[in-house]
Amino acid sequence: MTRSGPGWVAAGIVAALILGPLVAVFMRAEAGAQVLTSDWSAVRFTILQAALSALLSIALAIPVARALARRAFRGRGILITLLGAPFILPVIVAVLGLLAVFGRAGIVNTALAWLGLPPVSIYGLQGVVLAHVFFNLPLATRIILQGWQGIPSERFRLAANLGLSGVQVARFLEWPMLRAVVPGALMVVFAICLSSFAVALTLGGGPRATTVELAIYQAFNFDFDLGRAARLAVIQLVLAGSAAVVAFWAAVPAGFGAGLGRVVRRWEAETWGARALDAGWIGLAAGFLIVPLAMIFLNGVSGLTQVPGAVWRAAGVSVTIALISTALCVALALSLAMVRRGWAEVVALMGIAVSPLVIGTGLFVIVNPWMDPARLAMPVTALVNALMALPFAMRVLAPDVARTEADFGRLADALSLRGWARLRWLILPRLRPALGFSAGLAGALSMGDLGVVALFADPDFATLPLQMYRLMGAYRMEAAAGAGLILLALSLGVFWIFDRGGRGDVDA
Amino acid sequence: MKRLFIAAGVLLATQATAETPVLTVYTYDSFVADWGPGPAVEAAFEEVCDCDLQFVAAGDGASLLSRLRLEGARSKADVVLGLDTNLTAAARETGLFAPHGIEAELDVPRPEAWRDELFLPYDWGYFAFVHDREKLPQPPETLEELANSDVSIVIQDPRSSTPGLGLLLWVKAVHGDGAEAIWEGLSDNIVTVTPGWSEAYGLFGEGEADMVLSYTTSPAYHRVAEEDDSKAAAIFPQHYMQIEVAGKLAASAQPELADQFLSFMVSDAFQSIIPTTNWMYPVAMPEDGLPDGFDAPLAEDKALLFAPDEVPAQREAALAEWQRALSK
Repeated sequence: MTRSGPGWVAAGIVAALILGPLVAVFMRAEAGAQVLTSDWSAVRFTILQAALSALLSIALAIPVARALARRAFRGRGILITLLGAPFILPVIVAVLGLLAVFGRAGIVNTALAWLGLPPVSIYGLQGVVLAHVFFNLPLATRIILQGWQGIPSERFRLAANLGLSGVQVARFLEWPMLRAVVPGALMVVFAICLSSFAVALTLGGGPRATTVELAIYQAFNFDFDLGRAARLAVIQLVLAGSAAVVAFWAAVPAGFGAGLGRVVRRWEAETWGARALDAGWIGLAAGFLIVPLAMIFLNGVSGLTQVPGAVWRAAGVSVTIALISTALCVALALSLAMVRRGWAEVVALMGIAVSPLVIGTGLFVIVNPWMDPARLAMPVTALVNALMALPFAMRVLAPDVARTEADFGRLADALSLRGWARLRWLILPRLRPALGFSAGLAGALSMGDLGVVALFADPDFATLPLQMYRLMGAYRMEAAAGAGLILLALSLGVFWIFDRGGRGDVDA
Repeated sequence: MKRLFIAAGVLLATQATAETPVLTVYTYDSFVADWGPGPAVEAAFEEVCDCDLQFVAAGDGASLLSRLRLEGARSKADVVLGLDTNLTAAARETGLFAPHGIEAELDVPRPEAWRDELFLPYDWGYFAFVHDREKLPQPPETLEELANSDVSIVIQDPRSSTPGLGLLLWVKAVHGDGAEAIWEGLSDNIVTVTPGWSEAYGLFGEGEADMVLSYTTSPAYHRVAEEDDSKAAAIFPQHYMQIEVAGKLAASAQPELADQFLSFMVSDAFQSIIPTTNWMYPVAMPEDGLPDGFDAPLAEDKALLFAPDEVPAQREAALAEWQRALSK
């Protein structure tokens, strides 16, 4: 059982880092704290918006991923990299980008007014879901695209030899793959939307759109009711955990057998109808993602000259934290993925299922008696960022590890390939694209994160997103837009380097 | 190499602390930004105190208090700067603060409501709805008029933001039992409710609403820093105030330095920094007057403020009304 040894260690670390702070908050709280009635309506709204966001993200991601999987075109690589962009943007940057398109004075409403049509409002449940789809559609697309690319090209070749139609290919090859991949993707999007705070509030239009995370914030900062905050965090955890259980129950592993990993050519899809359909989906998705990004770019360019030097310093801090966080995250995710058990995924999921505010507070309660929390600003930020990115990295790595073991495990056993040698000669080479992608996600997510917890803030080590918020807080919206653009560029750069490095010269 | 620098820095820092006393001031995050008051205040105070002034930033005003409650009497803080009068009742309850003992006459309206032996104001402002003169030449003139108009507004959530709480108390102070009806009237004006001031002001900047809840001093920023005279604050019959205060910790290891800092805080050296870094009114008029671009504060008869000990009860009632009215 040497294979799951590191997995147990990783699971222990993650569980201790998440449950430890939660317990610390409980112990620090006074007894008798109750969850309020208004909190339960927040729980209902949170589940509703997270479920809708997850369903819609995945429903749209499936045709987009299929189109990307079976078409080769110029700019495809760039498009796939850009797919990572919305996911890693700080919330306020993304929201302002979306508003430039869908807002009251945005492109869509300007066009509608020009056509003499009534305006559409982004504020309300529809806006919350729209923003969450903007954030998560790309991620879901990448995860499902990876599933498509996991079907060996030999199977499609065989299907073409047998003269299978598009419908038959979908039934025998694509449906089993989706059964294996989609539940996990749904779960991870659902879990991330559970802890939504700023998006839900900013676009939700009012107190109807109160989420559990806001209730936690309120309990902590306005009522200083630690017990209530911790109980609400447990509710979040239970919700995400239930989603995970449902996902494993629903997921059916696909057994395609091994292939040679060649580029897929899809004979059955070479009809004009299929081409037009795919072009339509790719165009729609690209437009939906790229137009808001373009607006962020345009707004940011004019602000670049006003960006103060502190922002560039902060950029250095953010990149450093992102690299440390990436290394931590990938090591943890790989160890957990090698376990190939459901519990490992549940452990990984805890990172986004628990309120960052509660983790931060708990860590603070634990650390503060021993040393100055500010001295731990860098490591704690990197560590918490790694935990937050863990479920995504895990979602990307786990299916490929499972597939590699299923396809080559017995051969490796027969060759007595164990421990480090197995990792070095079997797993890592076959995992290269997934490792690159997950490292890219982890790095970029860490770049965009708001320095996690104010409690550990070190005035001299402000991160880039924090400096951006500070600029906004000082009315300097243009300079903030410039900082947002720098952040977007750096995040994309970090993402691109890892992701591209993983893909190597493979035309993925 | 970098590690070497850090190690050297730590070494130097430890040597320095052995010689000069350190005054630790907890404050909110935007105070310590390079463009905030923090750096100038630090330089000015260190010139006169023969000490090392260290700011520790902890989120916003509300998280500042939470942090203090978490740390209790073990806190390293000597001074806490950045609470407002809506938080001071809760801050007093912690029992962590000591009287500041300063009797200065401050240029802040409604002293009978804010005077407090534990907490001393360092800046203040009036909440107001800010608009663009060209896009909205004739703004509403009362809360009621606003509620009955079709002018769109962005506000902040009273559960996560101090301006949001300010508006809640403003409506309550003006309309009392009629506050819920005003909120019902306002509900169709409200484009959205943001978690903090920055998001709301950003949305207003993007043209998402005609007006945004901010301060009467906001237009001064646009005039002074951007030479843009198009923004104005709509003047209503009365405006709720925000008064930002500082207090000294009873467990401070540097009580004399803390006292010295609080006296310095209401002196000209500190007060003249405030207007163009924190964009609020100073509590003592600077020797050279307010910077160009700043209007004189509204007269005292326009100022509304609940005394700190009234706030918790008012807040709870008003929050319930707010949630009911806006959830319909």
